[in-house]
Amino acid sequence: MTGTAHTAQAQDPQLVLAPDRAAAAADTGGEGRPRRPRSTAARMVVLGLLVGLSVLFLYPFVWLVSASLKPREQVFDNKLIPETLTFDNYVNVWHEAPMLLWMGNTVLVTVLAAASVTLSSALVAWGFAHYRFPGRGPLFALVLATMMLPGAVTMIPVFLIWDALGQVDTLTPLWAGNLFGSAFYIFLLRQFFLGLPRELFEAARIDGAGEWTLFWRIALPLSKPAVIVTLLFEFQAAWTDLMRPLIYLRDSSNFTVPRGLKALLDRYGFGGEFHWEIIVTASVLVTVPMIILFFIGQRHFIKGIATTGSKG
Amino acid sequence: MARRELRYALLFLSPWLVGFAVFTAWPMLYSGYLSLTDYDVISDPSFVGTSNYERILADRDAHQALRNTVWYTVVQVPAYVTVSVLLALLLNQAGRAAGFFRTVFFMPSMTPPVATGVLLLLLFNGQDGLINTVLGWVGIEGPNWTTDPTWIKPGLVLMSLLTVGGSVIILLAAIRNVPQELYDAALVDGAGFWRKTWSVTMPMISGPLFFVIVVNTIAALQTFTEAYTAFFGVGNTTYSNDAAEFYVIHLFRQAFEFLHMGYASALAWLLFLVIMAITAVQVLVSRRLVYYEADR
Repeated sequence: MTGTAHTAQAQDPQLVLAPDRAAAAADTGGEGRPRRPRSTAARMVVLGLLVGLSVLFLYPFVWLVSASLKPREQVFDNKLIPETLTFDNYVNVWHEAPMLLWMGNTVLVTVLAAASVTLSSALVAWGFAHYRFPGRGPLFALVLATMMLPGAVTMIPVFLIWDALGQVDTLTPLWAGNLFGSAFYIFLLRQFFLGLPRELFEAARIDGAGEWTLFWRIALPLSKPAVIVTLLFEFQAAWTDLMRPLIYLRDSSNFTVPRGLKALLDRYGFGGEFHWEIIVTASVLVTVPMIILFFIGQRHFIKGIATTGSKG
Repeated sequence: MARRELRYALLFLSPWLVGFAVFTAWPMLYSGYLSLTDYDVISDPSFVGTSNYERILADRDAHQALRNTVWYTVVQVPAYVTVSVLLALLLNQAGRAAGFFRTVFFMPSMTPPVATGVLLLLLFNGQDGLINTVLGWVGIEGPNWTTDPTWIKPGLVLMSLLTVGGSVIILLAAIRNVPQELYDAALVDGAGFWRKTWSVTMPMISGPLFFVIVVNTIAALQTFTEAYTAFFGVGNTTYSNDAAEFYVIHLFRQAFEFLHMGYASALAWLLFLVIMAITAVQVLVSRRLVYYEADR
């Protein structure tokens, strides 16, 4: 309690001395600084453009959902409202493909991938943020450098590792690499940890807190926004990945939804049996969880992405 | 004390240290070694010297893949970045509605790339696709986007513009951080909207803009999922997909469809060197063009 009062007091004079900076700081958190009023005509033009562009951006998905509600012969009629509204495709897709199994596989991979990368990256980020040791700078530069490394360079030997461990055609290679942290998230979490007041940890240490407590009970709970961004980003990355499932999964019972969708496309799109209504419906099913994820965490997504660019 | 710090630091860093050794450092070295061998996973690698690299020089498919990738990068990155900047500038004029439209523009970025590949085939279909239907309304007979080799890559570029949302968010955040005083000063000097944009906004956001360019260049050079989904796989025998065979697709097929692991490793190392070189050039150029606030 006294600690908080003290900090607020310490910040006060600064606020008085630099009111415009304080205003700017408050501004970045909100929806932009207030602009000078413009003519109504100009504002209508801007708004009109934005609405038109929004239609352009959203229509592909609307088209997809609409097509999934049409019978087979109307899928390509490009009508917004289906002439014959039917939910048959959503019934049939479960018969044509083990959708439930694929969903289950994908959920399992996604949860494990997100949880493991968040925990491991937070550990590493804390190591870089809190402790001082010789070679810290160069080592962290090395972490950042691995972000530039094209995945293709390590793809084949990493496959050989999982092959040697007998993990090909299991879900393990799709997430277990995340147990060792990932450069981008380490960067993100470290930035956040660096922003926590150091006195807090000194005080806790004097109170007898151990190193693990400092990380697990203090730093991590205080870094919730960064942790949430990491979870969300990795959820999306793991859910939408196609390349690794293509490399590692053979038996269709092990497929994730994106890999399954590719298999459906190969069978019903190219392979002579044209059943685009099934493909369209599966495409909706692979996308909807991401839309839901976005609506749950949109504020965090947007903030997380905005931070990404500000290191430039 | 210092030794104690080092011990704890190493403890916390250990996941990354192990992961770096096992999943980055060793694979890099090993793929360098594999690139000098003939290896099909079943029998042991046999050393063949530099012949895999010589093979790249003679491989027409590799040349085609390289040309496709260069074409795509040279067209897609400027288009993508230009659209991102324009949308960010537009959003900056939108006042309180900016937050809503920013969300709308970002939403398509949530679409899994495999679904984007499917959408490409459907929307750009030469006969019944939505794009050509709309073009037909204004009297334009649209091309066969998905089968005509000339139009496959333009279709992919257009489709990729759906995912500009992330870049727009980064650039909009940067634009909003430009101090108002600079605009006020420019206004005093009689600068109009475009003048202010070009002489104040662009220099002030050049850091994040450079970041967006570098990241998208690296991504474009490794483009894979949308094109692979739409044009490759076991079923597609109906038309040539040479025009969509990008470098990483070629590499992927050599490695995992034909099990030419040695040759594919050589392709991977070449890609690595090319990306390093391009990034280095971009960094050097940026030293002259990018404005960074001194020591923030």
